Amino acid sequence: MAVKLPIYMDNHATTPVDPRVLETMLPYFTDTFGNAASRNHEFGWKAEEGVERGREQVAKLVGATPKEIIWTSGATESDNLAIKGVAEMYREKGNHIITEVTEHKAVLDTCKRLEKDGFEVTYLPVQKDGRIDLDELRKAITPKTILITIMYANNEIGVVQPIAEIGAIAKEKGVFFHVDGVQAVGKIPVDVNKDNIDLLSISAHKLYGPKGVGALYVRRRNPRVQLAAIIDGGGHERGMRSGTLNVTGIVGFGKACEICQEEMPVESARLRALRDRLKEAIFTQLDEVYVNGSMTYRLPHNLNISFAYVEGESMLMGINDIAVSSGSACTSATLEPSYVLKALGVGEDLAHTSIRFGIGRFNTQEEVDYVAARVVETVRRLRELSPLYEMAKEGVDMSKMQWNVH
Amino acid sequence: MAYSDKVVDHYNHPRNVGSLDKNDPTVGTGLVGAPECGDVMKLQMKINPETQVIEEAKFKTFGCGSAIASSSLATEWVKGKTVDEALAIKNTDIVRELALPPVKIHCSVLAEDAIKAAISDWKRKNATESERPAASSAAQS
Repeated sequence: MAVKLPIYMDNHATTPVDPRVLETMLPYFTDTFGNAASRNHEFGWKAEEGVERGREQVAKLVGATPKEIIWTSGATESDNLAIKGVAEMYREKGNHIITEVTEHKAVLDTCKRLEKDGFEVTYLPVQKDGRIDLDELRKAITPKTILITIMYANNEIGVVQPIAEIGAIAKEKGVFFHVDGVQAVGKIPVDVNKDNIDLLSISAHKLYGPKGVGALYVRRRNPRVQLAAIIDGGGHERGMRSGTLNVTGIVGFGKACEICQEEMPVESARLRALRDRLKEAIFTQLDEVYVNGSMTYRLPHNLNISFAYVEGESMLMGINDIAVSSGSACTSATLEPSYVLKALGVGEDLAHTSIRFGIGRFNTQEEVDYVAARVVETVRRLRELSPLYEMAKEGVDMSKMQWNVH
Repeated sequence: MAYSDKVVDHYNHPRNVGSLDKNDPTVGTGLVGAPECGDVMKLQMKINPETQVIEEAKFKTFGCGSAIASSSLATEWVKGKTVDEALAIKNTDIVRELALPPVKIHCSVLAEDAIKAAISDWKRKNATESERPAASSAAQS
């Protein structure tokens, strides 16, 4: 069977809406379009039913109770609400927050803003495999620490943090634990109780739901977490997040979570096999390719590889019938190579050559084989063009070269 | 980001890819950029010592599509030109020809630097002791 081009393999950026999710959403645009906050007529009640079913579905996926789910516009808002909400509410208790250097910008920039506001933030380094050191975490906790915020799995390298262990430490020390679960929820088992998570950010569009809707799990008991709202208004979502609910989005989000829960064992095994097949094909055909981050503690559908001596953007241009992304500076808004790879100790030269593959529900084995073949062919072609590859083959030690850094 | 047709053409069909013997006294080598910046260009020219005409030009580039296109274009342009004519090529000429967007202007600057570095390497090789110019700005191994 011929593959249909272009191939989408950038499922950490976003995922397509599952057709079953879309089908569930459609009636809520035209027939069941009511405002879930309208308490005095049928239209409102029907919309509210959809919202509450969604709440149950999302809660069930992460082992929470429906009342602990707060709807947001997406995970960026969830991260902001969790971190700023705790910071403001518990300011009397302390002003210290612990996070890590490889977090998503939604967490890092929120922390940076709080620093301007008088908070102290510890940015834990990561080890070569991309995971934090639990001893460093323990050492960083002070009597002033009110929040630890660590992502479940990284969006670039797919590395999974020791969340249950961090949760146990947070609980023991009486510090709230927020987790950005965007890349992990729906893909690997996440349980707020087993993992001792107090706040969990989730996004619908990363798990085959629609864009523009997310959730924040907020623990209600043992311990109860209170949040200061960052959006004021009609007092929706128990006052924690005002604003008319995105009913269609919520209905789709719920359905997407239900599907993920039902299919996770089979789906994760299938994606892992595809990912390993891609890795195998690349590694057996090319020299000087390196996996970034741990292969052991990693999302099953992620692969992040540096192809030495081949710049990432030129690579993307060569495989332009495949949608993936790169840690190269040329592909980023800041013109800096990936800060995540830098934090792992990957040199900037190799960071520029990294490609992230995110395999998803709708990718096939034929697509994976096609991608592997195109990647190998493109790397070979670009290495023929690469002065660095030539020098490496001549045995020149490039680290000892004096480059004119511009 | 969308690339201009000319950039895509040079990327897909780079002109004059390859290497010349860097120890040949008639060959000037320019190696500019740095791996940690994401682009390195190597531009080589074989220059006739009598006529000062660039008879052959080869390049290899590690970098984005625009960097590859800029250096590919540079080899096309310098071929057949005299050294002085080649030195007159400006990065803005490359920007215009390839319709490079502002974020890619540095690729054209690098290509201009590579031309100058290759010529100054050639001049250094061919100068008598007394008229030896200052060391080239190209990276030295």
